[in-house]
Amino acid sequence: MFYNRHPMTNESNTTRREPLIDAKLVQRLAVSDSGFVFDPVSGHSFSVNETGLRILRLLKEGQDLPSAVKALCDEFLGSAADIERDVLEFAGLLRKQFPA
Amino acid sequence: MTDNTTADKPVWIKPTLRAHRSGLLNKFGAVPSRQWQDEFEDVPVADLIHQFGSPLFVISEQRLRKNVRHLTRAFSARYPRVQYSWSYKTNYLNAVCAIAHQEGAWAEVVSAFEYEKARNLGVPGEKILFNGPHKPRAILERAIKEGAHIHVDHLDELQLIDEIARATAQNVEITLRLNFDTGVTEPWSRFGFNVESGQALDAAWRVAHSPNLKLTGLHSHIGTFVMDTRAYRAQVKTMCQFMERAEKDTGCQIDCIDVGGGFASRNALQGVYLPPEQVVPSIDQYAEAICDTLLEATHGREREGRPRPLLLLETGRAVVDDAEILLTSVVGNKRLPDGRRATIVDAGVNLLFTAFWYHHNVKPTRELSGVAEETVLYGPLCMNIDVMRASILLPPLDVGDVLMFSPVGAYNNTQWLQFIEYRPNVVLVHDDRQVSIVRAAEDLQAVTAQERLPDHLRDVSPR
Ligand SMILES: Cc1ncc(COP(=O)(O)O)c(C=O)c1O
Repeated sequence: MFYNRHPMTNESNTTRREPLIDAKLVQRLAVSDSGFVFDPVSGHSFSVNETGLRILRLLKEGQDLPSAVKALCDEFLGSAADIERDVLEFAGLLRKQFPA
Repeated sequence: MTDNTTADKPVWIKPTLRAHRSGLLNKFGAVPSRQWQDEFEDVPVADLIHQFGSPLFVISEQRLRKNVRHLTRAFSARYPRVQYSWSYKTNYLNAVCAIAHQEGAWAEVVSAFEYEKARNLGVPGEKILFNGPHKPRAILERAIKEGAHIHVDHLDELQLIDEIARATAQNVEITLRLNFDTGVTEPWSRFGFNVESGQALDAAWRVAHSPNLKLTGLHSHIGTFVMDTRAYRAQVKTMCQFMERAEKDTGCQIDCIDVGGGFASRNALQGVYLPPEQVVPSIDQYAEAICDTLLEATHGREREGRPRPLLLLETGRAVVDDAEILLTSVVGNKRLPDGRRATIVDAGVNLLFTAFWYHHNVKPTRELSGVAEETVLYGPLCMNIDVMRASILLPPLDVGDVLMFSPVGAYNNTQWLQFIEYRPNVVLVHDDRQVSIVRAAEDLQAVTAQERLPDHLRDVSPR
């Protein structure tokens, strides 16, 4: 699976552009500006921090990894490698919390 | 490039996602994210790491002195004759022992190595309690000659002491180590002579029959991290009953009752979910249990003009544990397949041996932003067992962030292993806030100093 490959060494990374997570999955989540997240399907609630909230918003827009990372690099002070790793990790957490 | 202006951009922090669990007791030992500490005894953590490297053990001289004084006062205020002995095995760094001795402590040792260490520091033989099941002849001869208090563990040792006493024409005063069931703690029956079976009285008779030996002391150590003070009441009662019986039957006169160590420190034992402040008795409570029982049991002696015995204490853990911390730095973060965050730090169970049975207090040393989530803290060893905290709530940590583990003063600087990694500096914060190294970090030279390479192995090229 795409997510399990390291983005820096994955040759197909530059050619293969797919959403990080099923958009329908994130669409159903209610997200407040303060980072409170509610899943109406499971009834569970979650908190995300500022950067988590930003990633969630990008995912809701259906962004793929390279474009999400680029958007975040423009907005935040941080290395592209760190941000890319964190986005991948965060997407993994979301998939675990909100199984399709 | 889209943007070169960085001035007004927020700094990227690790994204976090935390599930809300309502109505559940937090089983992870929560670290509220606001709880952080950037100094130890008024010395900035950043300066310590900068000057002495990471990981780093840091000992507080002031705290250690205060703890010894507090212990001796708690007992001396309740019983007229008390002598405290520093239990070397708990932490035998010279600086630690020296501070205890300056505060009036004798030395409690359990091996030739520890005996020599105490003597080397300048402790005279008559202020050394020599415990332990293994005292080779040479060190026994020296200890007897120097007037140390010999605590006998078994009959073969008794035999050896008798032989030395006869051969050197000396009269040797000895102490018998006793074991018995307190009804509260797991009996440590492998040490000393058993009271209930009559073995201890047999040993007292054995001593009485020797013209060169004199039984003057009784010792027992009922266990370690004993959280129930009733165990000490039972211990003192049993020891005093045995004292009366042995004196009456064999004609000896007991001058010392040594209750060993075992008081719990303010550390969280694994499997105990209440915080230590709620379950660990205070030193005053231990003192009360021991001294009340001893005063009551020796009341009659005073009336009859027989002196009350000297109360000897060998407290280790409860005196030194909270006088030392371990600073360790984050070397990496990863996500485990089950979703938990894992953080790798540069100190493992090689240094913090007590991580096997404590949930140490872990504090960040700067204010962390971000939501706390369940984290596993791993040490640097390539071993599965190298877990510093199996589960703790921590906000995201960056590489280089320093964590403070406490309390770590007991049994780490003695039971640590030179395994895979070098052992780091141990520093002492003096009373006047000066900091000095009391055990230098190891290097290749230090670790390999005892090795000898046979000549034919010097060339490692394949032949
Ligand atoms: C004989 C003896 N005395 C004293 C101690 C110190 O015990 P603690 O650190 O529990 O006070 C020990 C520890 O095992 C011991 O074996």
